[in-house]
Amino acid sequence: PPDLEDKLLTEPLRHPDFFNVKELFSLKDLFDARVHLGHKKGCRHQFMEPYIFGCRLDQDIIDLDQTMQHLQLALNFTAHVAYRKGIILFVSRNRQFCHLVESTARECGEYAHTRYWQGGLLTNAHIQFGPGIRLPDLLIFLSSLNNVFEPHVAIRDAAKMNIPTVGVVDTNCNPCLITYPIPGNDDSPTSMELYCKLFKMTIIRAKNKRKQIEVFQDLQSQEKHDTSRPVLAEGQA
Amino acid sequence: MAVVAAGRVLLLGGRWSAATASGGPSAQTLRLIYTTTAAWRKNIAASGPEKYTEAFIKKQIEEFDLGKRHLANMMGEDPETFTQEDIDRAIAYLFPSGLFDKRARPMMKHPTEIFPEQRKIQWGEDGRPFHFLFYTGKQSYYSLMHETYEKLLNVQKHQDQLAAQGISPQKEKKNLVGSRWVTKTELEGMLLEKLSDDDYSRFIRLLEKLMTLPCSDIEENYIKKFSKEIAVQLQKVSVEPLKYDEQGVAFSTGEGVRKTSRATAVVYGSGTGKITVNGIDVLHYFPVLQDREQLLFPFQFLDRIGKHDTTCTVSGGGRSSQAGAIRLATAKALRSFVTEKEVEFMRQAGLLTVDPRVRERKKPGQEGARRKFTWKKR
Repeated sequence: PPDLEDKLLTEPLRHPDFFNVKELFSLKDLFDARVHLGHKKGCRHQFMEPYIFGCRLDQDIIDLDQTMQHLQLALNFTAHVAYRKGIILFVSRNRQFCHLVESTARECGEYAHTRYWQGGLLTNAHIQFGPGIRLPDLLIFLSSLNNVFEPHVAIRDAAKMNIPTVGVVDTNCNPCLITYPIPGNDDSPTSMELYCKLFKMTIIRAKNKRKQIEVFQDLQSQEKHDTSRPVLAEGQA
Repeated sequence: MAVVAAGRVLLLGGRWSAATASGGPSAQTLRLIYTTTAAWRKNIAASGPEKYTEAFIKKQIEEFDLGKRHLANMMGEDPETFTQEDIDRAIAYLFPSGLFDKRARPMMKHPTEIFPEQRKIQWGEDGRPFHFLFYTGKQSYYSLMHETYEKLLNVQKHQDQLAAQGISPQKEKKNLVGSRWVTKTELEGMLLEKLSDDDYSRFIRLLEKLMTLPCSDIEENYIKKFSKEIAVQLQKVSVEPLKYDEQGVAFSTGEGVRKTSRATAVVYGSGTGKITVNGIDVLHYFPVLQDREQLLFPFQFLDRIGKHDTTCTVSGGGRSSQAGAIRLATAKALRSFVTEKEVEFMRQAGLLTVDPRVRERKKPGQEGARRKFTWKKR
């Protein structure tokens, strides 16, 4: 029934935090995972200055209050995308965390790309993969630079193909083309593990919620069918 | 020539489409966009090699099974117990071919052997790909790297646990001589994907790194999947022992080839140095000194000139090649009479090696095997 489907899709959009992602992390968690540590002053990108709290002994410190807000928006968005059965692609060109990111993606049931990015992957997909392919609906960058410290090609390609992006931007990254940037550290193992854990939990939560609501709606429609039949029989008789 | 009235477009030859200029109440200006038939023909070359659908392969398998039964009936054999070898024999009988290349001759094999294995469609009905690394492009290769790296991490974790308990792991030296890693083509066959040389070398380096760790015995089964054994070639040719005939005389036989001659020689332990070839004395059979020198060379090398009697049979070839064949045969026979060290000396002197030189064929467009026709400037 179309009205039930409509309700399924529009109901979550009425609440600012339908999946309650705020409870997944706290300021203390971010601080303990060293998310506030940035690079040195010389590496600072001009557009990251609004997100930087200050500079201590030449090392930039990221403002965790802003990070909290951005992280909440980003996690909320990924949860909505996962709820609507979108394809999520985790991208990170950091060799240290390649295995971690791939395992996270596998456990969520989503996809990962932590290897060399072939030029026409998004823009030339029909020829590279074959006709009828479905492109990712969300790209999550756990490190928005590639191995030569330049912005990852996928940010620009996703912007070209109208695919929303969520990305962890460090003090040396360009947050311009990313739809939901998350200012934070992308080099420490603890911070990467935290991000992976958070994304995994939101995606699994969103998918479970979807399954739950679908089952609930199925039960409701079954009950309607059961209650409606005896009424018809009486009418006919 | 096309006559275009206001608002109407005539279709002629190629595709014409009209676009009206926006604004302006004045006469409609029609912009004609002309495309040729060649432009809207599909670029088939870009779509890659033809893919075989599952339905097609299934049909081929049905046809093959039916054909097999017909063939069995034709040959008068039982259709149930008709093996692939029987099929090959039947086809060779019914369609005799004189073609040189075995692959060019008619053959009837199971479709799975003829059509190369292919990848099926990688995503489900809702469009979501099955493999989590699909979007990388080389999913099997990268998933292999992922797995191997996971095994590496496993081994390192195990090592750390042992180190925490205070046990230092001992690595036994494995015999690496008899094994080699899979080649690039074999790996491509395993993964059903094209690889580049860089990818292959990276994978092999990762495997080597895994193997060099002390506790890698845990993942031995995984490593074995990618290593093949080389058949260790027999280094030593065993020397035959001496045989004794009715009178108690020790003798030994040897066989030799040279060009198109085949010779067998029987060398007797005690004797006066007489050599008989095909029942004829050597002086009469080989009038030329050079050939007799060749026959004597093995004996001269071992300082046993007057000590052995030889009887030989030889066929084929010419004068010189028959002499060379008998020489090799006698040398092989003498191995049984002589110590190992002297056998090694004989081998190094070249007495026990088969001469591989054969007559080279004449090529078309040339006078002989190598000689070209006389070159004329004009």
